[in-house]
Amino acid sequence: MPSAATPPTSESGAPSLRVGVLALQGDFAEHLAMLRRQGVEAVEVRTLDQLEACDGLIIPGGESTTIARLLAAFDLTEPLRDRIRAGLPTWGTCAGAILLADDVPGLDREPLGVMDMTVERNAFGRQVQSFEANLDIDGLDAPLRAVFIRAPVFTRLGRGVRALATLPDGRIVAAGQGHLLATSFHPELTEDDRLHGLFVALCREYASVSSQARAS
Amino acid sequence: MSSNGNGISNGNASDGTGETATWTVKAGLAQMLKGGVIMDVTDAAQAEIAQEAGACAVMALERVPADIRKEGGVARMSHVNKIKEIQASVSIPVMAKARIGHFVEAQVLEALGIDYIDESEVLTPADDVNHIDKHGFAVPFVCGARNLGEALRRIAEGAAMIRTKGEAGTGDIVEAVRHMRAIQGEIRRLQALRDDEIFVAAKELQVSVDLVRETRRLGKLPVVNFSAGGVASPADAALMMQLGAEGVFVGSGIFKAGMDEATPEGQRKVQTAMAAAIVKAVTHFEDPQVIADASAEVPGNAMQGISTAQMAPDQLLAGRGN
Repeated sequence: MPSAATPPTSESGAPSLRVGVLALQGDFAEHLAMLRRQGVEAVEVRTLDQLEACDGLIIPGGESTTIARLLAAFDLTEPLRDRIRAGLPTWGTCAGAILLADDVPGLDREPLGVMDMTVERNAFGRQVQSFEANLDIDGLDAPLRAVFIRAPVFTRLGRGVRALATLPDGRIVAAGQGHLLATSFHPELTEDDRLHGLFVALCREYASVSSQARAS
Repeated sequence: MSSNGNGISNGNASDGTGETATWTVKAGLAQMLKGGVIMDVTDAAQAEIAQEAGACAVMALERVPADIRKEGGVARMSHVNKIKEIQASVSIPVMAKARIGHFVEAQVLEALGIDYIDESEVLTPADDVNHIDKHGFAVPFVCGARNLGEALRRIAEGAAMIRTKGEAGTGDIVEAVRHMRAIQGEIRRLQALRDDEIFVAAKELQVSVDLVRETRRLGKLPVVNFSAGGVASPADAALMMQLGAEGVFVGSGIFKAGMDEATPEGQRKVQTAMAAAIVKAVTHFEDPQVIADASAEVPGNAMQGISTAQMAPDQLLAGRGN
C-alpha cells in the first residue's frame, strides 16, 4: 500500500489513479476488467480501509436490497455516504444507481441518498422484459448498446441533477450531478468502454483538484 | 452482443425501445446475481425471510430437497398459486424449478413471469433422455452439472447459467466439492492442451469444438457458475466460493437448520440468522474472521443432514440428467 506522502506514479509519470468497485455482491468483476482497460489501478472494495484508498468508486449492478443489507451489516452505509458527499467521484449502475438515489419507493432499506432523485425499481417488469437498445448519451459521439436487466428508471430529478440519456418514450435512464453518475443500464456487460473512460476522466479531474487543494 | 453463438430468440420490448430475450440479457441476469446467495423457498413467508436476510434471489419449489427425500413421491413444479404468492411478496428475482425435460412446466413458468427457470434434477425427471430446448424461451435457464461435459452440453441446449449439482437435501458438502473441483480441474487441463488436441477433447466431452475453444480461451465456463447441493453452514458456502463458485444456492441448509429447537419460534430464529450469516460469508469468503463472526451470530445448529457416503446409489439425485 503506497504511503500518502509519495503518491504512486504510472510509467508515463502521471499520478496513477486508483478506482474501486464496491464488491459486496453483483457484477463487480466486469467493472474491474473495464477499468483495467483504462490503465488505472482497479480494486475490489469490501472494507472501509479499501474505500479510503480510492480516487473514485463504482457501485455495480446486483440486487439493491442485498447490497443495501450488506452495507448496513458491515457498518459501511454512513462512511460511504460521508465519503461520497465529501466529493468521491461515484458511478452507480442499475442497483448502484438505486442506492445513490435519495428516494426509492418500496426499498425497505436505507439507500445512500446522495443524489436528489426518485428511482422506480423494476420499471420495465420482470426478466422477460429485460432488453438491449442503442442509446444516445450526453458526452458520447455515437450511441452505446445499453443492456437493461430488470432495470430501474429515474422518475424525478432534483435541482442540479441532469438527464444524460432518455429512451424514445422519454424515460430517463442516465443522470449526472457534479461528481456523481447514475445509469440504469450496464455498459460493463458490453465491449464498449467509453463510459468507463468518461468516468475515469471525471475521477482524474477530481483527484487533481483535491491534490491541489492539499498542496495549497 | 451474442458472444458465444448460442441461438437467440429475439423479440421487441413492448414499449418498442429495444430487443428482449437476447443472449446478453439472459446471461446478464446471472452476472447480476454473482457474489450472492439464492435461497430455496416454498412459500411467501420463507421468501420474505430470505429477502430480509440478503438473498439475491429466491428459488420457488414445492418442498425443500430434504423433505422430497424423506417423503418420496413425485416432485413437480410448485403450485402456481404458491409461485404467485412468492412473486407478490418480494422484489428480488424469483426463480422456480421445472422437471428435467418438462418443457410445458417451463412454458407455464415463463407465462407466470418467473425470472429464471432451474431445470432441476431435484425434481422427478419428466424425460429420461432429453433436456428442454432452452433456446426457444425468452426466460433464461440455469441447469445443474457434475463435470465440464455436462455443463457445456447444458449450455449448448441454451442454459444461461450453471450450478454444480452437489447432492441436494443432504447437508453434506462432499458432492458439491467433488463437482466444483471436477469442472475447474477439467478447464485447467483444457488450457494445458495443444491446439491440435482440442478436437479429441471435444469428442470426449460430447460438445462442439467451438464451445470447448471458448471455454479454454476464457479459463472458465462461458456462463456464470454457482454451487449447489449440500451447503449447510457459512463455512460450507465460503468453501465453495474459494473453490471457484461465483455464488451459492442454499436449499435445505436454511429452512432445515435449527430443527432441534423446542419451539417453532426458536427454529425460525436459527433459520433467519443462518440465512444472514451465509450471505455475509459469501461476500467475505476469503476473510476467516468475518466467517467466524457470522457463524457466531447463529443461535443454534445447522441441519442434521445425511452422509452421502452412507446412501444407496439409487438415493442420489445428481445422476439424473447427464
